[in-house]
Amino acid sequence: MIALWIVLGVIVILILMIIGMYNSLIRLRNQVKNAWSQIDVQLKRRHDLIPNLIETVKGYMTHERGTFEAITQARSNAMSATTVAQKGQTEGVLSGLMGKLQVAVEAYPELKANQNFLALQEELTSTENKISFSRQAYNDQVLFYNNKIQVFPSNIIAGMFNFQNETFFEIADASEKEVPKVSFS
Amino acid sequence: MWELIRANQRKSVVLFVIMGIVLIALGFVIGLGLDPKGNGSGAIFGIIIALVVWFIMSLIAVTSGSSIMLSASGAKEVTEDVAPQLYNVVDEIRIAAGMNKMPKIYIINSDAPNAFATGMNPDKAAVAVTAGLLARMNRDELQGVIAHEMSHVMNRDVRFMTIAGVMLGSIVIISEIFVRSMIFGGGGGKKGGQAQIIIMLIALVFAILAPILAQLLYFSISRKREYLADASAARLTRYPEGLASALEKISNSTEDMPMANKVTAAMYICNPLKKKGMKMSDLSSTHPPISERIRILRAMAGGAGFNNYQSAYNQIKGKTINIIPAGELKQQDDPGIRMGLTGAADDNKAMARSSSDIMMKVNNYSFINCDCGLKLKVPANFTGDAVRCPRCGTIHQMSEFRG
Repeated sequence: MIALWIVLGVIVILILMIIGMYNSLIRLRNQVKNAWSQIDVQLKRRHDLIPNLIETVKGYMTHERGTFEAITQARSNAMSATTVAQKGQTEGVLSGLMGKLQVAVEAYPELKANQNFLALQEELTSTENKISFSRQAYNDQVLFYNNKIQVFPSNIIAGMFNFQNETFFEIADASEKEVPKVSFS
Repeated sequence: MWELIRANQRKSVVLFVIMGIVLIALGFVIGLGLDPKGNGSGAIFGIIIALVVWFIMSLIAVTSGSSIMLSASGAKEVTEDVAPQLYNVVDEIRIAAGMNKMPKIYIINSDAPNAFATGMNPDKAAVAVTAGLLARMNRDELQGVIAHEMSHVMNRDVRFMTIAGVMLGSIVIISEIFVRSMIFGGGGGKKGGQAQIIIMLIALVFAILAPILAQLLYFSISRKREYLADASAARLTRYPEGLASALEKISNSTEDMPMANKVTAAMYICNPLKKKGMKMSDLSSTHPPISERIRILRAMAGGAGFNNYQSAYNQIKGKTINIIPAGELKQQDDPGIRMGLTGAADDNKAMARSSSDIMMKVNNYSFINCDCGLKLKVPANFTGDAVRCPRCGTIHQMSEFRG
């Protein structure tokens, strides 16, 4: 009789543990999704800012037409990307070009006296920061979630209910990999 | 991140219990010492009084602590269009910390560079900076300061310091009342009794010692949490140099914060009560010496993670004290340090101007952009109908600009 009660007790405890682990996995997965949506918001914001920026600086930066065209192209590539890996790749190209533009601005002092441009530049700097911070927060969440899926005992539950590893968001930093081209022409 | 918060909560409970025991013991001893009926019922009465004082103070602190703190410092709330850069920086740190709600932002009209955060949990966070801070910091430095302050909220330091501060306050109040009544009221000596006199003496000694001990406890914990907030800020921003150079600028300033006091001091980024030539490393300081905090941040060579901070701390201090719980260190990967934003020297003039513009907007100044390129700033108490531009002489009708 006592043995029966013990077995029953163990079963109840096991069920409660399974429920607890399942719920915490769900919570973590939702946090990963939420973190991803934060990145998405910031990427959209950058895409919205770019035409505005180009419109403002076009009149001043007459020698940068090639950069503008490349940025516009990279923007539309980034906007049509769908998977996490694709986004990482296309946004990386865009980030590199935007960095180039920020450096080029230094050569146009009259631009830095333009209030409109200064406000836009602050928005852009902030958006770039927000993109990297939200990526940081997302990757932290993904690491935490993936660890949880792989370690014992929650890996059993994850296997039973088919929880999948999430992908890290790696922005391929074009500017780091590219060897700077020096031309003397 | 979670292990760290959990460890903080465990420590909170321990401190809560210790201070609670001190508080109850204080009530007990004083009650027993005064004991009007002489049958020991005074001891229970003493405990009840102590608990009532503590309960009332807790109630006030939890329900309106933030607003008391903000109004005591004279802080005014600002919106995105008044201080866009400050708003953006706070928003960035909010994202990095994974907070859901945007904290409220306040500005304090003081030339001393300083900042503090309040809020019992991340959803109720508020951060306040002085105009002097905005006038001196570049973007990266401001980010470091804000990250340090938000870390206090994220690590639940604010909640912890509020609870500990209330306990400390209760102990101080009760001791103070008792000691003063002994000196001025001459409460003793009614009924002789050798034993009564001894108890009285014990009560007196205890009432003098308890607040001192409680304060030391409060301060030592406050110092440790400053290091922790520095570590979290470096991790959030991936740029320890931002906070280091901000602290350097703050330590070079000589202005005093007039609205800070000993209990609220623990909330600021650096001790607002420092005096000239005072050594900040003494036991009664809420903050670790600022030069040491800077050196630790600058010694973080390998990366911006908690492990890097811990090893930099050990290296500078020459001994190993766990600032970050071991459980948290284990599950951390250590991110690299990012590049600084501005390599060039700070544009001090522009920073000071934008800071004073923000202060003027907070105080409802009207801004008039004259066609000649001059920006006229008209105070809110100006009652005239029109102003004349001092450069080109154009007359501007005030009715167009008053909201």
